[in-house]
Amino acid sequence: MRSLKNISHLGVKELVSLSRDPMLLLFIMLAFTVFVYTAASATPQTLYKTPIAVIDNDRSQLSNQLINGFLMPYFLPPEAVSASEADQLMDEGRYTFILDIPEGLQRDLLNGEQPKVQLIVDATRMSQAFTGNGYIQSIINREVSTFTQADTQLPIDIAVRAQFNPELNSGWFSAIMELINQITMLSIILTGAALIKEREHGTVEHLMVMPVTPFQIMVSKVWAMALVVLVASAFSLTVIIKQALAIPTSGSLTLFLFGTALHLFATTSIGIFLGTYARSMPQFGLLFLLIIMPMQILSGGMTPFDSMPTAVQAVMYFAPTSHFTEFGQSILFRGAGINIVWPQLLALAGIGALFFLVSWRHFRERLADMA
Amino acid sequence: MTREADFAVSVNKLNYHYGKQLALNSVSLDVPRGKLCGLIGPDGVGKSTLLSLISGARALQSRRLLVLNEDLGESRQRKRLYRRVAYMPQGLGKNLYPTLSVKENLSFFAQLFGINGQQREQQVCRLLKATRLWEFKDRPSAKLSGGMKQKLGLCCALIHEPELLILDEPTTGVDPLSRRQFWQLIDDIRQQHPDMSILVATAYMDEAKRFDWLATMNEGKVLASGSPTELLKKTATSSLEQAFMTLLGNESAQIFEPSRQPSKNDSVAIEAQELTMRFGDFTAVDNANFRIQKGEIFGFLGSNGCGKTTTMKMLTGLLTPSSGKAWLFNEPINSRAMETRKRVGYMTQSFSLYGELTVYQNLKLHARLFDIPEEYVENRIKEVADQFDLQRLFKQLPKQLPVGERQRLSLAVAMIHQPEILILDEPTSGVDPAARDNFWHILLKLSREHGVTIFISTHFMNEAERCDRISLMHAGKVLVTDTPQSIIKSCNRSTLEDAFVDYLETASEQPSDTEKPAPELQKQASLKLSHGFSVRRLLSISHRETLELLRDPVRLVMALVGSVILMFVLGYGINMDVDEIDFAVLDRDQSSTSRDYILSLSGSRYFNEQPPLNSYAEVDARLQTGEISLAIEIPANFARNIQRGDNVTVGAWVDGAMPMRAETAQGYIQGMHMDWLQKQQQQLSAPVPQRATINIESRYRYNPDIKSLPAMVPAVIPLLLMLFPSILTSLSVVREKELGSITNFYVTPTRKSEFFIGKQLPYVVLAMVNFLILVGQALFIFKVDLTGSFLTFTLATFFYVLCATALGLIMSAFLNSQIAALFGTALATILPASQFSGMITPVTSLEGLAKVIGEVYPTTYYMIVSRGVFSKALSFNELHVMLVGLSIAAIIFIAVGISLVKKQER
Repeated sequence: MRSLKNISHLGVKELVSLSRDPMLLLFIMLAFTVFVYTAASATPQTLYKTPIAVIDNDRSQLSNQLINGFLMPYFLPPEAVSASEADQLMDEGRYTFILDIPEGLQRDLLNGEQPKVQLIVDATRMSQAFTGNGYIQSIINREVSTFTQADTQLPIDIAVRAQFNPELNSGWFSAIMELINQITMLSIILTGAALIKEREHGTVEHLMVMPVTPFQIMVSKVWAMALVVLVASAFSLTVIIKQALAIPTSGSLTLFLFGTALHLFATTSIGIFLGTYARSMPQFGLLFLLIIMPMQILSGGMTPFDSMPTAVQAVMYFAPTSHFTEFGQSILFRGAGINIVWPQLLALAGIGALFFLVSWRHFRERLADMA
Repeated sequence: MTREADFAVSVNKLNYHYGKQLALNSVSLDVPRGKLCGLIGPDGVGKSTLLSLISGARALQSRRLLVLNEDLGESRQRKRLYRRVAYMPQGLGKNLYPTLSVKENLSFFAQLFGINGQQREQQVCRLLKATRLWEFKDRPSAKLSGGMKQKLGLCCALIHEPELLILDEPTTGVDPLSRRQFWQLIDDIRQQHPDMSILVATAYMDEAKRFDWLATMNEGKVLASGSPTELLKKTATSSLEQAFMTLLGNESAQIFEPSRQPSKNDSVAIEAQELTMRFGDFTAVDNANFRIQKGEIFGFLGSNGCGKTTTMKMLTGLLTPSSGKAWLFNEPINSRAMETRKRVGYMTQSFSLYGELTVYQNLKLHARLFDIPEEYVENRIKEVADQFDLQRLFKQLPKQLPVGERQRLSLAVAMIHQPEILILDEPTSGVDPAARDNFWHILLKLSREHGVTIFISTHFMNEAERCDRISLMHAGKVLVTDTPQSIIKSCNRSTLEDAFVDYLETASEQPSDTEKPAPELQKQASLKLSHGFSVRRLLSISHRETLELLRDPVRLVMALVGSVILMFVLGYGINMDVDEIDFAVLDRDQSSTSRDYILSLSGSRYFNEQPPLNSYAEVDARLQTGEISLAIEIPANFARNIQRGDNVTVGAWVDGAMPMRAETAQGYIQGMHMDWLQKQQQQLSAPVPQRATINIESRYRYNPDIKSLPAMVPAVIPLLLMLFPSILTSLSVVREKELGSITNFYVTPTRKSEFFIGKQLPYVVLAMVNFLILVGQALFIFKVDLTGSFLTFTLATFFYVLCATALGLIMSAFLNSQIAALFGTALATILPASQFSGMITPVTSLEGLAKVIGEVYPTTYYMIVSRGVFSKALSFNELHVMLVGLSIAAIIFIAVGISLVKKQER
């Protein structure tokens, strides 16, 4: 009872402190509105306005038809280039693809030969290079069969449908990922920096002579900062993602926020941990970078989790972001309920508890040095 | 020469506001030249504000203010004053750099004023010897005692031989011996430089006697000014203390102080036996013994850094003694005992309350944490607020309050829970005489009427005289413990101060000030102070920043090793390949043909087959759990319909939750389907003519084997070289603002551009080192080839890290809190650099704001250079456009940053 009162008083103190920093509040607001919106609208599709050029040595009806097969929004209108300048343009990074159509393509095809076209791909362009290659192949196949008006020899078709995001709009995915990134980033910075600040301004010393325990100090920071982030995420999800971006999320919002709270339990504990390790704010800034980058990039939010090396996967199982990313996708896109996401919730709670305990023990030991 | 030439400072109806609050109300004042002038008045009447305005550290809000005949409102005239005025702000060592040594601190100030080479060496040496700091010249200033810090501060102020020296409470918190030495030093300087005008604010009335000229202030107004004798005459009083009280309108009543009646059955409240604290080799407290009775006021005196604070920390449980024991209320001290904490009130030496909470909120928080029943909280707050005159400050933030008022708040907080023991560490430092007097009334009342035990340290002798007993401490040892009268008697002195100085001098075997060599501050061959932009000054700022960086090796190592670790993690971890796709099949045909179709999928390295599906419901359920990412449905009569030539459609559902993965999976399936069809056709050996097709031959340029590492490394380097340098610089200015040394920039001739670029330079060098390490790692550990021009790459990197460091500094220059600067920099770098700069998606394919950001963000162009040089064998000829772009960006970033730096506090 006493303990709960102390925790609530100290937590309210954190909230008041935060409210005195108008620039910080502005940044928090930007992070959950403009940043989420911008990230979501940055790439509407995986393959979007891909720059492509064509070396058309055939100048036939077929080659023309091939060129016209590359449609917006997947491809920018193909530009005609000459073979001699192709290399330089590739070097400059102007195009991701250059399609080289040889002379006599149409003639050879009609003669029943199997002519070749060459596709030059800029492999440094990562995702576009890989996804686009498959697209271009099917576009060419489609155009060729229209041109020859040949039916498929066998009447077998395949109908591929995408579940949960029928148009494979990658903005949906980016929006949620950016929200998750902001949640993680802000919660770690707020708690860690609040702790360092107490130390740099000598207020830790004061806390230690009052009848409050390290546990209470820590829990108060955890709940206060988690609450701020939770409110910001609820706002971002309902107003920015659902309204402004009109992304039809399925699944229960309450359940998502519950999972967010568990995730915040883990990340704020990480913040405290970093705060006890760093001796000054500049050190904290660097530690923060070291932790946040892998947590964001390797959580499965940027690249498929299953494709990472197993060693990396094993380490990342201890990062709350990996489970939270999976959890967020399940609920918001696949409309999963608690019967499906309970393993992630359990993992988040477990990781949270583990980090909290470790941080708490460490904090208790280090507190004496901090004064 | 006009009449004004006679004045060092001429103030005419000066006003100053903090928000709505009026700090200076139409102040008019003429401070004579060549004199030692004092400014006295209670806390919070605007003394510090006035001094910071005169020094030029704070920007004027109204009217003109003439200093040495130059108008501070005119920026050109103000610039001339930087060299003629010196300012030492309030607070022990406030404008020093804690990690720099004594000599480095002083040299830095010399460089700011363009004093270099031989001349600087001489000047520094002379000043340090005169102030007896020479033997401590290599000690970091953080480890100096308070008195020494102030002496060093004075040296720093004197280095450029100012005509006007402004000192804001220079001896507050300094012990009597050091105080004497400090004033001796001032006297010596005045002898050497009779022309120098000195303006001092002080809370010590005995110091006021020294002044040639005095001004008293109250509530933002000047009450009276003139020589001490004139003031005495004016107020018809015999002592300055009384004169001061009269001017304030207070009747100084002779106070009746009941002396303590010791009784035999008094219990012991605090006891220490052989209490010792060692930090490494250094013994801070050496065998301290004392017993303090309940209700006693026990004074603790000693020079700065003699172990008083350490002893108090041991008593409060903040520090665990190395040996020896201590008891509170007859119980051994246990830092975890919550009940004991409620019975003790502790006030730390430096202000340690929450600057972002209002005075009222601070009181309320502490009342609640000390478990005062909710219904009494308001009452109790009102009580202490009345006692310490805090009512009118309730809504203000402590960080805006002057030191004296903050101390009063701290005292109120220490007493709010009516503790039985009060441990107060220099509670009255910086508090004005009237408030101190009032405070002692409260203490006496608590002790005599409520039996509260008080353990207090102080530098004021008139306070020590009011204690029941005092201990003198020196270098960790308790020299004597007795009543003040007995101590005076035993030394055969008339005042406690003399007795105290005797004890200290005997203990430190230091001869008294008489034989001290007078500081040789003889006029230099006039200093050549360069006007305009000075590369030397810029370099001296870089030098200092570098020293601070080097003194924090943990940060240095973290910056370099951190980026290497991240390169490993990101280089190996990011993999754009899509494989390991789990799929399951709903096979409604169960024929050999359908099994053959399935085999074509499960045989691929991209797919992993999972147990088969039985119904549509299961398709939905298993996709939803994420157990499978692909479901295939083979319709009934699949084989028979193929035989007959009827239309057949195979169904496929892909999990679209991660669109990039889904797109790739779709491509795989379609490819697989086509392959199977062709094979099928050949097997059926149907008499269909060879179908006309075009073969597509994909040539992956620059990374023919499509390996992840050679693709990732050139993209990760730009990311890391944006994040680390910007995070490193993001705190560098805002930290000086939070900790106080920014004043040195305000009052010295340092230009904004010198300050900005000077700070930036060390981090640029660090970033270039970082660049070389990362490239080395790429070449020798990752074995990624660098095919293009390394020189071009290095040049581009230089411009790029200029941008990155400037970006952090921009955040630092315009924000006021470290947290905001850190978060702001993280926001401004992580997302734009990793997603909008072409690392994964080319900028041309972006939309909306992201595209706009991507087009102007320097990482976009540096990424092109990095990939060009690593993978595309490009050199200067192809990349010079990027170099031009990056250099323009660097210039813009730096220009914006410089314009955001403020040269005066507002």
